[in-house]
Amino acid sequence: MIRAQHIQKSFGKLQVLENISLEINQGGIVAILGPNGSGKTTFLKILLGMVLPDGGEMFYQNQNIAHSHTYRKFIGYLPQIARFPDNLTVAEMIKMIIDIRNEPANPDRLIQLFGLEKFMDKKLGNLSGGTRQKVNIVLTFMFDTPVIVLDEPTAGLDPVSLIKLKELIFEEKKKGKIILITSHIMSLVEELADEVVFLLEGNIYFQGSVTDLKSKTKTEDLEHAIASILEP
Amino acid sequence: MIKIFKYSFSDLMRSRWSFIYLAFYLLLGFVLLFLNNDLSKGIITLMNVIVVLTPMIGTIFGIMYFYNSREFTELLLAQPIKRSEIFLGQFLGISISLALSLIIGLGVPFLAYGLFKSSEILNFILLLISGTFLTFTFVGLAICIALFNSNKIKGFGYAILMWLFFAVIYDGLILLGMMVFEDYPLDNFALIASFLNPIDLSRIMILLKLDISALLGYTGALFQRFFGTGMGLMASWIMLLLWTAIPLILMIRKAKKKNF
Repeated sequence: MIRAQHIQKSFGKLQVLENISLEINQGGIVAILGPNGSGKTTFLKILLGMVLPDGGEMFYQNQNIAHSHTYRKFIGYLPQIARFPDNLTVAEMIKMIIDIRNEPANPDRLIQLFGLEKFMDKKLGNLSGGTRQKVNIVLTFMFDTPVIVLDEPTAGLDPVSLIKLKELIFEEKKKGKIILITSHIMSLVEELADEVVFLLEGNIYFQGSVTDLKSKTKTEDLEHAIASILEP
Repeated sequence: MIKIFKYSFSDLMRSRWSFIYLAFYLLLGFVLLFLNNDLSKGIITLMNVIVVLTPMIGTIFGIMYFYNSREFTELLLAQPIKRSEIFLGQFLGISISLALSLIIGLGVPFLAYGLFKSSEILNFILLLISGTFLTFTFVGLAICIALFNSNKIKGFGYAILMWLFFAVIYDGLILLGMMVFEDYPLDNFALIASFLNPIDLSRIMILLKLDISALLGYTGALFQRFFGTGMGLMASWIMLLLWTAIPLILMIRKAKKKNF
């Protein structure tokens, strides 16, 4: 479904992605890992058409995504930073995204799940970071998209909401969706991910299951496995 | 595009700054009219304020809105819509909300004063139209600057410089040029120079409409001869349209190639 071929990207002199080739065909949760600045977000943004690669091609359903925007209706995206127009209310914001995407959506269940009912008429500018992130989650999960991209989804969430988010992700996985996730919280990755893609210096250093990674690095848990790759 | 416009417009219309901008024009209009007691004098004073202020507010609002809504723009970019629609929609949202503040803010005091009974109504409308054009032009230019500069501080600096250039520095340079080359015939130079600056162009169009071009001396007479004709008038309107269209074309071209 998703195929990246020799993706290259540099910002000025800094080469972020050197040569990334990746294919994801089955549903499941794929964690993109790597140290800060390894190009995780850049890779996801290339998939979404927000960053244009210097070389290589990205395909969705065997269609090259360059110069196309329609394929994005099949991808839900949760950005790293949740900031919205200050003077719109939560209800207006949800309505706006439904209006723009023009797809059937089911926000009510999610609003209830994250306890957002009392914030619906509040202006987005007056919400706390965690509440904005919950709105962000509603905006992403209210559509039934076959691919979901989550960039640091846990930022600012309290433990209760974190558990709810995890349940939500598992639920979507059961429907056979592809879920791409980046996170620095290794316990979360260990719990969720079926497959790990580890980016290092612009290339894919490792691709496989969490168990493979642990046995390759001869470590007990994921945190130490990553640490042993970065500081041998 | 219309959807993006609808929401960014309703966001901006509720912002505190739109109210302050509107209140400023209301106050200015009432003070000018009821202290001056003269519609046509009021319009001349207003012209001097508008040709400098609308570009400044357009520039500052444009660049601030763009930088403030960067994360939100990213969210929009991930939706199944074209890039050009996102940026055109936001551009229209900013420009139209600012233009409305101008039109309502000045329209109300002038209507209250009895504009419809006066012969000045056409001049007043021309004033509002040029203020609107200037708003559109400078919002467009500001968004272009923001697109070319990811660094907020740099972008803000360039935007202010751009405004200062068109509002002040440009005239200074022209004047300097005219003094240095005063032995040569400079009428055509002056005419062309005024076309290349949207602020000068709107100022001259209003001045000529107000029939006070005698103040401008010999050049004024020449301008009167040029702008007074149908072709001159047409040319200046086309130039104002170009000044609105060119930043937009530049904006869309840059937006298509930019990494967010």
